[in-house]
Amino acid sequence: MNLFEYVRPSSIAEAVAAAGEPGSAYLGAGTNLLDLMKGGVTRPSRLVDLTHLPDLNGIETLPDGSARIGALVKNSALAHDPDFAKRFPVVAEALLAGASAQLRNAATVGGNLMQRTRCSYFNDPASACNKREPGTGCDALGGENRSHAVLGWSDHCIAVHPSDFCVPLAALGAIVEIAGAGGQREVPLTDFHRLPGDTPDRETVLEAGEMIVAVRLPADAAAFADHQRYLKVRERTSYAFALASAAAALKIENGTIVEARLALGGVATKPWRAKAAEALLAGAAPGKQVFEKAAEAAFAEARPSGDNGYKIELGKRVVARVLAMAAAGTPDRMPALPASPFAPIPEGVVNV
Amino acid sequence: MSEIASLPTGSRQRQGSNIGQPMTRREGVLKVTGQATYAADNNPEGLLYAVVATATIARGRVTHLDVEAAKAHPGVVEVLTPQNRPPLALDPDAKLHGFMFRLDLLQNDGVRYAGQPIALVVARTLEAANEGAALLAPQYEVEAPRVDLDGENFVPEVVGPGAPARAETGDFDAEYAGSAKTLEATYETPPQYHNAMEPHSIVAAWDGDRLSIDMPTQGMAMAIDRVAGLFGIPAENIHIRSPFLGGGFGSKGMPAGPQMLGIIAAKHVGAPVKLVLSRQQMYGPVGHRGQTRQTLRLGMSDDGRLTAIEHHTLASTSRFDDFVEPASNASHTLYAAPGIRTTHEGARIDIGTPMFMRAPGEASGSAALEGAIDEAAFAARMDPLDFRLLNYAEVEPISGKPFSSKALRECYAKGAERFGWAKRPLEPRSMRDAEGRLVGWGVGTAMFPAIMFQAAARAVIRADGSGLMETGAHDMGQGAWTALHQIAADGLGLSMDETEFRAGSSDLPDAGIAGGSGHTATAGMALHRAGEDVIAKLTELAVNDENSPLYGAGNVGVVARNGRLVRQDDESRGEPYAAILQRAGLAEIEGKGQGVPDAGPREKYAMDAHGAVFAEVTVDPDLGQIRVTRLIGAFAAGRVINPRMVESQYYGGMIWGISFALHEEAVHDKRSGRIMNANLAEYRVPVNADVPSLETILVHEDDPYVNALGIKGVGEIGVTGTVGAIAGAIWHATGVRVRRFPINVADLLEGAAAR
Repeated sequence: MNLFEYVRPSSIAEAVAAAGEPGSAYLGAGTNLLDLMKGGVTRPSRLVDLTHLPDLNGIETLPDGSARIGALVKNSALAHDPDFAKRFPVVAEALLAGASAQLRNAATVGGNLMQRTRCSYFNDPASACNKREPGTGCDALGGENRSHAVLGWSDHCIAVHPSDFCVPLAALGAIVEIAGAGGQREVPLTDFHRLPGDTPDRETVLEAGEMIVAVRLPADAAAFADHQRYLKVRERTSYAFALASAAAALKIENGTIVEARLALGGVATKPWRAKAAEALLAGAAPGKQVFEKAAEAAFAEARPSGDNGYKIELGKRVVARVLAMAAAGTPDRMPALPASPFAPIPEGVVNV
Repeated sequence: MSEIASLPTGSRQRQGSNIGQPMTRREGVLKVTGQATYAADNNPEGLLYAVVATATIARGRVTHLDVEAAKAHPGVVEVLTPQNRPPLALDPDAKLHGFMFRLDLLQNDGVRYAGQPIALVVARTLEAANEGAALLAPQYEVEAPRVDLDGENFVPEVVGPGAPARAETGDFDAEYAGSAKTLEATYETPPQYHNAMEPHSIVAAWDGDRLSIDMPTQGMAMAIDRVAGLFGIPAENIHIRSPFLGGGFGSKGMPAGPQMLGIIAAKHVGAPVKLVLSRQQMYGPVGHRGQTRQTLRLGMSDDGRLTAIEHHTLASTSRFDDFVEPASNASHTLYAAPGIRTTHEGARIDIGTPMFMRAPGEASGSAALEGAIDEAAFAARMDPLDFRLLNYAEVEPISGKPFSSKALRECYAKGAERFGWAKRPLEPRSMRDAEGRLVGWGVGTAMFPAIMFQAAARAVIRADGSGLMETGAHDMGQGAWTALHQIAADGLGLSMDETEFRAGSSDLPDAGIAGGSGHTATAGMALHRAGEDVIAKLTELAVNDENSPLYGAGNVGVVARNGRLVRQDDESRGEPYAAILQRAGLAEIEGKGQGVPDAGPREKYAMDAHGAVFAEVTVDPDLGQIRVTRLIGAFAAGRVINPRMVESQYYGGMIWGISFALHEEAVHDKRSGRIMNANLAEYRVPVNADVPSLETILVHEDDPYVNALGIKGVGEIGVTGTVGAIAGAIWHATGVRVRRFPINVADLLEGAAAR
C-alpha cells in the first residue's frame, strides 16, 4: 500500500490546519475512501482522522426549531433517532434505503456528502477519467453507461452522484456548516456540490483544509412532515445504488398544495433540486395529472449521456409516484423496505 | 466441546441407519466459531506473501514493467516476470487431455485477456507485495479486443469437457417443416463468474523436491497430477490439505494459474509463500460461465404436441483454449419430440477460458429451453404445466433409453399443489396484489444428470470395535463431510460417534471430484464398498472360528448391526466386532472399496435427477422493479442421505437461479475488454431481501440402477428450472417477454412501451 501520513487531531482547528497541506484527505468512517485507496483510485499522502474529534456527534434541535446534525453522526443513528425521524421522515427513509445495515452503522453524515461517484470508470485506474485525473478524458462516454447521469452532465463527466441522503436534504433546503482556516461559513446543500463542467475533479465548494462540521435542516422544513416520502428504484431489493430516486415533500392545506419540495437522485451529477416542478405544484390540488406535469418539468432538461435514455422515463415515473405517495401522507411507521416500490403503496397510487 | 450437538451418542444409540437422518454439519461449530482453518489461514514459519500483477488490456503484449521500482520498495523480496521465471517441466500451454486447461504462468509477454497474470511480486508483507505490484506500472502494445459474440464463429469438435457438439434423433427439418405451428426464439445469457466467498488461494512450501500445499480444491488427485506434471516431481512427493472450501462451484475443480504461480514463487525464493487472489482478480484466470446466444426452433401440432425441437447455442470460449458451454444439450432429456437436433458454435474472444460453473450447460440451456417452452405453451393456448405434461418424455428423447427412475410427474404434482398452481389464469397481466402490483406465476422443469466419477476408500475396524473410514473427499460447504460420514458409519454398522471419518487431505484414498453433483454418489459408493469389504473380512474370521457364536454361519449369512455381527436368520445370535478381533489377536482389520459408475446399467438407462420449480414474481407496473415473492421446488434425486443438507443444496441452487434470472452479469467495456464490475457490489447477486422464503419438497424416488446406494445428485439441479420459472412468471405478470438475462428494470419499461 502507498505510504501515507496518519494524523489524529484533537480539535477542529488542528484538523483544519493538518488538512491544509496538499494531498490531504479527511477520514470519517472510511467506508468509501478506504476502498478507493485500496483500489489505487485515490492516493492521499496524509489522512486526517476526524473520528476522535469531540462535539461532532450530536443531533440537536436549535432554539429556532431547526435541526443540527453533527458531521460524525452515523447514518443509522440519525435514521433511528425518533425525534428527528418524526420531524424529517423523508430523511430517515432515504438513509435507510442506502447501502447496507453494516455500512449505515459506520458511515457518517459528513462522509455521505463527501462520498465519490461509483462510476466504474472512475473506480478503474486503467480507464481515462477527468474526475480522477483531470485532462485524461472520460471513458464512460461511449462506454458502459446505463447507470450514468441524464441531468447536469458535461462532455467531461457523466458520473452520477450516488447519495440517497443528499436527495431529501436538497429538497428540504439543508444548510452545510463548514469550518476552515478562515473560520466558519455556511452553504446551502444545493450549492455545496458543483456541476462537473470542465472541472469534474472539483466536486464541492470546499477549499483546501475546509471540513463539514454539521448539516442543518431549517425549521420550516419540519412543516412538511405530514407529506413526505422517498422512492428509490434499483436492480436489487437492497444494497444497490438508485437507477432513479426522488424525495418529495408537500405542504397541503385545505386540499391544496401550498408548497412543494422535490429533489432527484441517481439521475444527475449532483443532488438535484427540481424547482421548476415545485413551482408547478404550488397552488395545485394533488392529483395524477399535476404530478405527471411536475415529472415532465423535473426532466425537461434531461438528455441521455449514453445508453441511459430509459432513465428519463423511469425518473418521471418515480417523480409522479413519489408525489402521489407524499400526497397520501407520511406513513405512521417506517416501512420494512424503506423507499422501495415493494413497501406498502397507498391506495390509488399505482397505475392500473 | 462436542463438535456436533445433535449427533447420536453411545448411550442413546439410534436403531437403524444413519443414512436418511437430518444430521447437522460436523464442522458447523468450527465454522461459526471461526476455528475452521481455510487454506489461507495457514501461516508457516518464514512465510512470504505473493501478489499477482494483472493485465489491464485484453489483447496485446507487455512492453515494459518497472521491475526496478517494485524491487526498490521496502519489503519486496523478488519480482517474477517472463524474464526470470524458473523453467517448468511442462509447457503451461500443453493440453494432454480434455480436463487439462492452459494456464498463464508467465511463459511469455503476451496478453490474451484482461486480468491475466503478467508478473508476481513476493514480499515480506502483503502490503509491500501489493504496492510492489502497483509500482510495476506495465506498458503495453495494445490490440483491439473482441469480447462479445458478434463476429466470426467456429464449429467445435466437442462441447463442455468432451461431449459431441451435435446430436440428433429423427428428422428435425422434415418435422419442423410439417408442423402445424412453429416458434423461433433467441435467448441470451451473459458471462457469469463463480464468485465463491473464499478467493482462490494457496500456501506452498517446498522441502527439497517435496511440496506441501494448503489450497482449496474440488479435485485433489487431479490437482496433484497437474502440479506433478508442471514441476516434474513424483505425485507422492506432493501433499495437499484442503479440509474446508469457501465454495467452489466448479472454479476450484482444476488448479488455477495463480495458485501454480504461488508454488513457482515458493520454489524460486526458497521460502513458504502465500498467495490469495483479490476479488477483482477472480474475474479472469479462474474460469467463468461463458456467454451464450441460443436459438430454439420448436414445431408442434394443433393440440400442442411437440414435433420438432432444435436448440442451437453460440457460446464464447477463449482465444487459446476450448470450453464451449454445452447449453443445447439441455434439450436432450426433457421434452419428447420425434425430431430433435442440438448444435453448438463457439466464438473465440479475448477472455480467460470459460469453465465448469454450477450446472455448466444445463443452467444456460435450461434458461433458454424453458423460456421457449413457455412461449410454445402460450402459442398453443395451454397452461405451461399442462403443456409440459403433454410433452412429458417417457424415455430419454435423444437416445430412446428408458430412465433408470423418473419421478418428475410427482414433482410437478406435488409442487403444483403446494403452490396452488391450479388457480393460474392463462392470460398475462391478469393478477395483481392488494396494492396494485402485477403478479405472475411461472414453472420450470429442473434436470441434472446422475454423474459418477471414480473414487476409493479405506475402512478399518479396530480392536475396540470402533471404526475408521478414509477418503480424500472435499467439503465445499455443501455438507459432504457429514453426508459421507453417515454413509461411512452405515457401511461399518456403527454409529457416527463410533466411526472416525477422515477426509480433505491428499494422503487419503482418492475421492474423485467434488463436481458434477456426483461426489456423494461416487465417494459414498467407495465408502459403502470399503465397508462391505471390511465386514466381509471380519465375517470370514468369525464364521471360521469355532469359538464364535457365528461359527459356521457362512451359509445363512451374517450382517453387521450396531457394532456386532449377527446371523441373518436370527439377529439375537452374534457377537461384537471387538470380540472377533481380540480372539484373532488383531489390532485392526482393513477393507478397501471403489466407487465407479456401473457400465452395464449406464449403457441401458438414462440416469437423471428431475424437479419442478414454481415461481411467483411481483412487478411494479409503472417502475419495472421485480421481486420474486414465492419459490417452491419439488425434486426427485434418488436416495436422500441427509435431508437437511439436500434441502440446503436445493435452496442454494434456487437462489442461484434468482441470481441468474435477475442479477448476475459481468459487464465488459467493449473497447478495452476489461470487466467494469469486477467486485461484489456491482456484480450483483441476490441479497436477503431478494430471496423469498423458499420451500423445497423432497419427492421420494427409488433407483435400483444408478448405484447400489440409489444416490443421484443434488448440487446443481436447483439452478435449472428456476431461471425459466422466474422468466415465465415475469412474462405472466407483465406480458413482456424478455429473452436476455439478467432481466432488468429497463427491459420491462421498454418492453411495456412496445406492447
